[in-house]
Amino acid sequence: MNTANREIDTLINRDYAYGFESDIESDIAPKGLSEDIIRFISAKKQEPDFLLEWRLKAYKHWLTMDVPTWSSVHYPPIDFQDIIYYSAPKPRGDGPKSLDDIDPELLRTYDRLGIPLKEQELLAGVAVDAVFDSVSVATTFRKRLAQEGIIFCSFSEAARTHPNLVRQYMGSVVSYMDNFYATLNSAVFSDGTFCYIPPGVKCPMELSTYFRINAKNSGQFERTLIIADKGARVSYLEGCTAPMRDENQLHAAVVELIALDDAEIKYSTVQNWYPGDKNGQGGIFNFVTKRGDCRGARSKISWTQVETGSAITWKYPSVILRGEQSTGEFYSVALTNHFQQADTGTKMIHIGRDTHSTIVSKGISAGHGHNAYRGLVKVLKGAQGARNFSQCDSLLLGHECAAHTFPYIEVKNPTAQIEHEATTSRIGDDQLFYCMQRGLSAEDAVSMIVNGFCREVFKKLPMEFAVEAQKLLGVSLEGSIG
Amino acid sequence: MLDIRNLHVAIGDKPILKGIDLQVKPGEVHAIMGPNGSGKSTLAQVLAGREGYHITAGEIRYEQQDLLKLAPEIRAREGLFLAFQYPVEIPGVTNIYLLKAALNARRKHLGLPELDAIDFLQLVKDKLKLVNMDEAFLYRPVNEGFSGGEKKRNEILQMILLEPKLALLDETDSGLDIDALKTVSEGVNTMRDPARSILLITHYQRLLDYIKPDVVHVLAQGKIIHSGGPDLARTLEDRGYGWLDTDQEVAV
Ligand SMILES: Nc1ncnc2c1ncn2[C@@H]1O[C@H](COP(=O)(O)OP(=O)(O)OP(=O)(O)O)[C@@H](O)[C@H]1O
Ligand SMILES: [Mg+2]
Repeated sequence: MNTANREIDTLINRDYAYGFESDIESDIAPKGLSEDIIRFISAKKQEPDFLLEWRLKAYKHWLTMDVPTWSSVHYPPIDFQDIIYYSAPKPRGDGPKSLDDIDPELLRTYDRLGIPLKEQELLAGVAVDAVFDSVSVATTFRKRLAQEGIIFCSFSEAARTHPNLVRQYMGSVVSYMDNFYATLNSAVFSDGTFCYIPPGVKCPMELSTYFRINAKNSGQFERTLIIADKGARVSYLEGCTAPMRDENQLHAAVVELIALDDAEIKYSTVQNWYPGDKNGQGGIFNFVTKRGDCRGARSKISWTQVETGSAITWKYPSVILRGEQSTGEFYSVALTNHFQQADTGTKMIHIGRDTHSTIVSKGISAGHGHNAYRGLVKVLKGAQGARNFSQCDSLLLGHECAAHTFPYIEVKNPTAQIEHEATTSRIGDDQLFYCMQRGLSAEDAVSMIVNGFCREVFKKLPMEFAVEAQKLLGVSLEGSIG
Repeated sequence: MLDIRNLHVAIGDKPILKGIDLQVKPGEVHAIMGPNGSGKSTLAQVLAGREGYHITAGEIRYEQQDLLKLAPEIRAREGLFLAFQYPVEIPGVTNIYLLKAALNARRKHLGLPELDAIDFLQLVKDKLKLVNMDEAFLYRPVNEGFSGGEKKRNEILQMILLEPKLALLDETDSGLDIDALKTVSEGVNTMRDPARSILLITHYQRLLDYIKPDVVHVLAQGKIIHSGGPDLARTLEDRGYGWLDTDQEVAV
């Protein structure tokens, strides 16, 4: 092995820094899935009847569905009766009234994750809705947001306090019958985030949820619903980590975004769940359905994701471009190493006239990692003047990894303009030697080149996240963002 | 500064350099000329520490150190600089980022404080003028989409910034127009210093009109077959390499 490859090896063999486990008393449901479990979850959450009915409809439908096999990822069959569908940290007394009421161990957990809630409360700029296993335990900045008429709370709370909004929008983008994992989520989802921005309001801060999977054998099924009413704007950040375990854990979330006329939603994810060890043992199975609906004219939905974790990632944040002149964007960096597999991409469905979409996907494979981009650009008959630009680049580090690109294009309107570019490159010995001849270590050179490769996507992330994303790739980006 | 003794280098089983002896003293400028494929770039790459070459015999001392024992990045930080015959493109990495990382790596190695963004920008702007490059080049990805001549100028910019002790210039004059050749030569001449040595690999006399070498060597079939003063280059320009007998003893 030459020096460069050795260095790449050290870089990709770094240990997972978030693999600790918290000892917190949990309120846990027995393993397995049944109507009773669903009723148990719904009762725990004191949900309105319509929600329970919806869950049960989804469950009945799910029983008729088969596990999807069309993606390029491989994994052993999941035993859905061997999963705990509800796990909540036990509240002290009647539940937290302020941060002081929260289990200190929980706060320490967040501290170690780098999200000190107490400090965050003081730091202006980010409102955090922290989801620890199934229950949202702390919501900060509520007051400031309430002044603007913004609703930002846990999904369960919204179901109780704003049932009409939940009823109107939930399932309107991702129906309970959509796909195997989304249907499962619809039946058993435990909590998540709800956000409503009223007409004309520009959300004064970045909203953020940190998901964390803690309890053993627990699947996590959150639901996120974000609605930007006419002319509203919001930027939402999602970050995730999970403890190190030998067995695999399932994560099947659903995210629905709705943008009405002239509204804009920007949704950014840095996903850093436990990827499994060097031999492919353990790790999170991340099967997520994320979809945005540009329901109004001139609305805009933008997905930015940096995916470095999980043993398996299966995820296609999509945009339905229904409103005239609406815009959909997808910017993605997916890194796989060791035995990680990622099958990710997007769907842009052009329905309205003069709708635009942009797709920029950067896949990095190292070790034995498998990285697939799967994208669909669909232009329906009525989408006069629709335009799409797609660019899918793959970067290979080493010789045992793989990258695949599956672009699907369906155009039913002759005025549509579709452009697709794809490249695959390997970090060349030439490039590394050039940098080393200028005095950089091989490791710094690899970092620099990888960061350069991701630059277009990192530029789209909010500042704090861009910094985290760079750290995740084990690199310093100082100065290279022009 | 540089002392090469009986250097034999092979690529795979194929011997490329077959006994090179070369001594370069501080302050000297040496030119190496020779037919295509004779091993000039190979010599430069071996000096810079590129992998894939087998040193089958000989030794190289650089500033009293065993050069072959040093990793390529250490050689660079110790002041050895190679201007590449074919500079590589690095998409997404801005020129200024690489320049700053390179300079700070060298400064750190020398125990000097690293330059911050503001000081660095000032410094690099001054150096840009010396090679007549527009500031816009700083913010473009390294060499990506640069013309042949721009790439070469960029190499010289890096050299001027890094202030090496030993600069190896591999055909930096190839592909330059007349004005650029002049600019680049002036850039190199500003670097001439009693404490700095320069090794110019070139095919053309023109470069040596601007940068006067102390010694000219002819490398053919992996050996230095002839060495002489600055006039040798002119003779070669007129007569080619044919009159030199490969087996002839080296005459200085
Ligand atoms: N990777 C390689 N594998 C096999 N042969 C090689 C390799 N690299 C170089 N060579 C051979 O080594 C010899 C010397 O090449 P080198 O690039 O050093 O020549 P040069 O003197 O710089 O030529 P030019 O004037 O054309 O730049 C050539 O015959 C070349 O084909
Ligand atoms: Mg050459």
